[in-house]
Amino acid sequence: MNIIVCIKQVPDTTEIKIDPVKNTLIREGVPSIMNPDDKGGLELALQMKDKYGANVTVITMGPPQADLILREAFAMGVDRAILLSDRKFAGADTLATSYALAGAIKTLDYDLIIAGRQAIDGDTAQVGPEMAEHLGLPQVSYVIDAEREKNGNFIVKKENEDSVQTLEVEGKCVLTVLASAFEARYMTVAGIVDAYDKEVEVWGADKLDVDENKLGLKGSPTKVWQSFPKQLKAPGEVFEVSEEEAVEIIVKKLKEKHLI
Amino acid sequence: MDFSYSKTEELFLQMIRSFAENEVKPLAAEVDETERFPMETVKKMAKLGLMGIPVPRQYGGAGGSVQMYIMAVEELSRVCATTGVILSAHTSLCMAPILENGTEEQKMKYLPKLASGGWIGAFGLTEPNAGTDAAMQQTMAVDAGDKYILNGTKIFITNAAYADVFIVMAMTDKSKGTKGISAFIVEKGFKGFSIGKKELKMGIRGSATCELIFENCEVPKENLLGPLGKGFNIAMKTLDGGRIGIASQALGIAQGAMDETVKYTKERKQFGKAIAQFQNTQFQMADLKTKVEAARLLVRSAAWKKDKGLPYSADAAMAKLFAAETAMEVTTKAVQFHGGYGYTREYPVERMMRDAKITEIYEGTSEVQRMVIAGHLFK
Repeated sequence: MNIIVCIKQVPDTTEIKIDPVKNTLIREGVPSIMNPDDKGGLELALQMKDKYGANVTVITMGPPQADLILREAFAMGVDRAILLSDRKFAGADTLATSYALAGAIKTLDYDLIIAGRQAIDGDTAQVGPEMAEHLGLPQVSYVIDAEREKNGNFIVKKENEDSVQTLEVEGKCVLTVLASAFEARYMTVAGIVDAYDKEVEVWGADKLDVDENKLGLKGSPTKVWQSFPKQLKAPGEVFEVSEEEAVEIIVKKLKEKHLI
Repeated sequence: MDFSYSKTEELFLQMIRSFAENEVKPLAAEVDETERFPMETVKKMAKLGLMGIPVPRQYGGAGGSVQMYIMAVEELSRVCATTGVILSAHTSLCMAPILENGTEEQKMKYLPKLASGGWIGAFGLTEPNAGTDAAMQQTMAVDAGDKYILNGTKIFITNAAYADVFIVMAMTDKSKGTKGISAFIVEKGFKGFSIGKKELKMGIRGSATCELIFENCEVPKENLLGPLGKGFNIAMKTLDGGRIGIASQALGIAQGAMDETVKYTKERKQFGKAIAQFQNTQFQMADLKTKVEAARLLVRSAAWKKDKGLPYSADAAMAKLFAAETAMEVTTKAVQFHGGYGYTREYPVERMMRDAKITEIYEGTSEVQRMVIAGHLFK
């Protein structure tokens, strides 16, 4: 089985700050990470590799420094990594991004495509589903479990707001995955030692099966009209405990902050 | 001169930090409180290849550098010094002497099991009457044809209760002094070998520190490590390497206490403002930060020399001396900054202060480090 996983490098939004005067993101010093839902998708692919045997290829579109998340993917266990990097891709919205990714995927052999549900920097949740449309493939979003049947079909669990749906998908498809369902594995030490000895294939627009007029800014109908910061909340902590334990934890936390 | 981390090291740092934060830190207080060896953490480390970082691939290791290994000890110790020393003793004191002195057969027999973390390693040099004066070995090894018969006792042995393989020093010829000491590879199940009492300690309480007892213990001839009579040299060289590990442990403890103190002093308000805003806090913390960074450079430089195959004995001693004393100073002051809260077990700094003390004592006290450094200076 050949599995393709689409991943994206994003700023770690839990560490991001907003310039109070200009209302723009301060990107300096903010670490770049593999988007969490994409990492969940990569974990699903690697679990399938462990279970059924598979070749896992990761693809990302981004600037040259996105190389880092591809090295991380190598150290987690993927077999092949492709970086779509070309000035012609610059300024792409979700439509042009999904079009470029689909154009790259068309040139590859695959049985399954996995993407994260959404990226933490844009929160659109559009790239995966749009890619499925460009490729003319069935899609399941908000995936929390997937298994492969002997006939090549997939049995997929999809999380809705108040229920879980189980679907059977015939053959090739696109799944968009929730990070919460797939706790990503750590890189291994040997994987890290080897990561920079492997080749990241860098593809320009000319390698893709695309109409170049539909790439980048030219292919992007969405224009950003205004940006503003949302009210920032401190990242919360979730404890699944009994009521009595909950009271103890709350009191301890309030004491730690010297509020009581 | 390049002080930055390589790309591989950056990637490794990302992994080990997240591992320490998510898998090790949540257990640290409980491991200390209950004096429990964190076996589940060792198993997780084994799965990722952390138990064999600097061991070459042909012996089942990850093929990483000494630098990566000491980064792991630092990052683990930053949240749990017990976990840091388990890795350090296993790697520096057991696998390293086999790798550096073993025959091909010994390496093939022991390293794959140790590097994969299936087996845990330990090192036995210290005896009741041979501490800093390590040459006063009383454990005897007598040649009995196809085997050696060992008799004696070792004390304060890190990892002992859970270890499968021990590097043990014993006298093969008392008349020759240090040149009569030899090194042996002893397995847990060898006849006549047993683990004695477990020490109750001030710090690193999860690490199982015990006695080793040899009562007519039978060690096969092929388990002599290195040439006969070279055990003292092997032990001293092993400790040179071990000191880089302990220096990293001390550095990690110091960094962990810095992290906690920065966080606390920004939150804690007295006299209407965060105590981090007082100049006394700022000046003291600036001094501590400077010392921690200086310690880090000494540690990295010693590891760099070991990776390059350059002499590093004095460098390792300086790194350990300075990092250990820095850890003691930083953790003591961290408790002071936390005030009454710092003295309670609700905050980790009191544990860090207890953990820091051992770094001034084991694998050569600070006084021994000064002897080593002076020895190089005045030779």
